[in-house]
Amino acid sequence: MSCRTQALSRYRMQAPIQRTPGVAPLTTTATYTLSVLFVGMTVPLTLLGLLEREPSHGYDLKRDYDTLFGRGKPLPFGQVYSTLARLARDGKVTAAETEPGAGPDRKRYVITEQGVTEVEAWLAEPVAPEPHLQTVLFAKVVLALMSGRSAEHYLDLQRAAHLQRMRELTELKRHGTVVDALLADHGLFHLEADLRWIELTSARLDALAGAVHS
Amino acid sequence: MTALLDAQDVTFSFGATPALRGATVSIESGEILAVMGPSGSGKSTLLHCLAGILVPDGGAITFAGERLDTLREAERTALRRDRFGFVFQFGQLVPELTAQENVALPLLLAGTARTTAMTAAQEWFGRLGLDGLERRRSGELSGGQAQRVALARGLVSRPQVLFADEPTGALDSLTGEQVMDLLTSAAREQGTTVVLVTHEPRVAAYADREVIVRDGKVTPIVCVV
Repeated sequence: MSCRTQALSRYRMQAPIQRTPGVAPLTTTATYTLSVLFVGMTVPLTLLGLLEREPSHGYDLKRDYDTLFGRGKPLPFGQVYSTLARLARDGKVTAAETEPGAGPDRKRYVITEQGVTEVEAWLAEPVAPEPHLQTVLFAKVVLALMSGRSAEHYLDLQRAAHLQRMRELTELKRHGTVVDALLADHGLFHLEADLRWIELTSARLDALAGAVHS
Repeated sequence: MTALLDAQDVTFSFGATPALRGATVSIESGEILAVMGPSGSGKSTLLHCLAGILVPDGGAITFAGERLDTLREAERTALRRDRFGFVFQFGQLVPELTAQENVALPLLLAGTARTTAMTAAQEWFGRLGLDGLERRRSGELSGGQAQRVALARGLVSRPQVLFADEPTGALDSLTGEQVMDLLTSAAREQGTTVVLVTHEPRVAAYADREVIVRDGKVTPIVCVV
């Protein structure tokens, strides 16, 4: 296996764990919960997507990104401008002459045909439906059973954490905008899928215990 | 805080088949409690015992400081009619009655004058987005509409406790969400305690707290994070 393949393989193993609401570091704030959904979202492609709507300055792009996708975790200015510089270098955007005005950069960025093609390809590509959380939970359940610990207790704790997160997202959905509701639904359905797995595993613990001890 | 509804070590069997094997749970006034658990775990049986529909074989159930399980049948019937409300998976509306008469039914059964009962029922139609459906019969309502009518019927008498058994079980996700939103908002608005039986985590997420019924016993879900 080449280094690149190994690196990609590692990424596929690790990246979903970071962007999955079910296994992200647990928190009591729903705002942070939603920001977790975007950890895996590619910033360059998102900025390209925003530029496809209309040419824009870095400041305005940051503002739009934070409003739509930031959710308590705003994009640093430095990241905005470095990303735009890379996109310009790669021919995906062009930067017009610097305009006079307040702020560190008054360049107006325009998406190129190549940039549009990249956005289209990104949107058309399905996100890998990987069984991320189950991998972690499965390992914990098996190890708990192997070491004689209570796997059911562990699953109960995980269930409680999941339900708490679902309650936070439900509150956000009830009192937020339609965009909030859409994002919260995404998290809720993922958490619900994990919970179904937890329920089924709870029901199969005896059989699983027999398998790991045989 | 004193529990409004309390079950201690409740047992119940259907013939030789035990359904509850020492279930213990307390519900505070104004609380929305989700009772979860796999099919056949005893969660609906627990709800029926808490609501005075079934009489436990053992243990004790207390409502507002008074033993409920030792009441006579007529007293339990009066309690259910006057202080409890019910919503089930399928609306179970009376097909011969109009939607408005269905909503007014608990008040009519409690002896409220028809005009007063119908006026009180009418108020719920606007509140639950059912305006214009007052004269329809259950067969002329969609699933979501029928369930909202059932919800209005469950809440019209301003019960102290609303028992909801899989209230969204027959609805699609979006309609179920609307019903849960209305149910919890209305219950909180009038301070009604809710005992919500569901196997759906998304529905349970509307509650303040969840417990799981497993093999006839209640396990509290405690979040340590």
